[in-house]
Amino acid sequence: MDKYISVPLSDEDARSLRAGDYVYLTGTIYTARDAAHKRMQETLEAGGKLPVDMKNNVIYYMGPSPAREGCPIGSAGPTTASRMDKYAPGLLDLGLKGMIGKGKRSQAVKDAVVRNGAVYFAAVGGAGALLSKAIVKSEVIAYDDLGTEAIRRLEVENFPVIVVNDCQGNDLYETAIRAYNREG
Amino acid sequence: MPDGNGGERKIFRNMRTIEVSEITKNIKEMCIEANHFLSEDMEKVLDRAAEQEESPLGRQILEQLQENRKIAGEDMIPICQDTGMVVIFLEAGQEVHFVGGDLEAAVNEGVLQGYQEGFLRKSVVKDPIQRENTGDNTPAVLHCRIVPGDKVKITVAPKGFGSENMSRVFMLKPADGIEGVKNAILTAVKDAGPNACPPMVVGVGIGGTFEKCALMAKHALTRPVDRRSETPYVREMEEELLAKINASGIGPGGLGGSVTALAVNIETYPTHIAGLPVAVNICCHVNRHSTREL
Repeated sequence: MDKYISVPLSDEDARSLRAGDYVYLTGTIYTARDAAHKRMQETLEAGGKLPVDMKNNVIYYMGPSPAREGCPIGSAGPTTASRMDKYAPGLLDLGLKGMIGKGKRSQAVKDAVVRNGAVYFAAVGGAGALLSKAIVKSEVIAYDDLGTEAIRRLEVENFPVIVVNDCQGNDLYETAIRAYNREG
Repeated sequence: MPDGNGGERKIFRNMRTIEVSEITKNIKEMCIEANHFLSEDMEKVLDRAAEQEESPLGRQILEQLQENRKIAGEDMIPICQDTGMVVIFLEAGQEVHFVGGDLEAAVNEGVLQGYQEGFLRKSVVKDPIQRENTGDNTPAVLHCRIVPGDKVKITVAPKGFGSENMSRVFMLKPADGIEGVKNAILTAVKDAGPNACPPMVVGVGIGGTFEKCALMAKHALTRPVDRRSETPYVREMEEELLAKINASGIGPGGLGGSVTALAVNIETYPTHIAGLPVAVNICCHVNRHSTREL
């Protein structure tokens, strides 16, 4: 089912999404991948404050290619989410409502999604040129020294994603693959 | 001319001379080309997949990938933001004399220039543990071979790590036989699943040694996806495995469907009486490579 949702993600919207929904996101999201997650974790362990308040926000696991002149961003598709599995449950418990990436999540992440009424979306991997067209503005807001891995604030318009893990514990990767499995 | 060991070194005047700056220039252009345009065989097989996919969502994803490639070529935005670590196969004719500098430095200079001028992502860290970005996507991973002749053949294959991370080496026993090999390949592909950005291309190396099979698996990814092995049993295996992989249901984007892989390309090599090494190098649908002969 196609849905148009604004981000940051309200508790109500997050809880209404179901695995398999095709969703267009409009509003503000933040990027963070391996190195930024590691640094956020270290900040939390040291009792510090995160550069982004997690509450109701959505993190896009993405490190873009450099922008050409006149474009807000370069190629901007999702990276493999499982590398962030170590960090995601802690951030979800701090109020993070949505994650955008590609690939399967650990049971600990799926449990944290259920526990916090959150959602994990997949964007189409390897469609970075197409996805860049749904990003209208990009600004580095923290960890500038990490280059492509810096935290960016993105303004998105109808950014296309698919719900994989929802707050009821459904997992589209499991159900959809089973539906097309033809091994005797 | 003295050779430093007390003998005379002969100078052959009929060698073909190639300036290493030519290598730099070509590698720069090939890095940019490979990251914006897929080869014709890849385009064809992906277009066919969009027609054949059974799942409506799978078809929608494959159509988005078509649109993505169109935008990449027209607006010069890389097909994928992971513009990879650059793998280069360089075959130098033994009658070629490289002049004007260090060949490996010239190769890396080409990568540096290509990634800067082409607005490509710099994804290489200097040290695997300390992880500081080199800032220019160098060094490349360079595989050189000396071959007969006076030509230089260069293949530039930027490799993304979503799929690279799902690749495997299996040191099987001779008793595991062909069934063991097939199971190993299917295990690697199924474990990769949605993480490797299917529909994928599966490169396989069977035989040789630990490193030889991995190198064959990587090289197999550069073979056109519409060309099967010339060895009858290998060709059969390629076809059987492709059908089995596509029966797994993983589908485009791992979101279910009938097109999980576009091709299984297998290379083989003699091996030791005690061994049966198998390497599976998985590549996403952005199976990039550009080849030129100088």
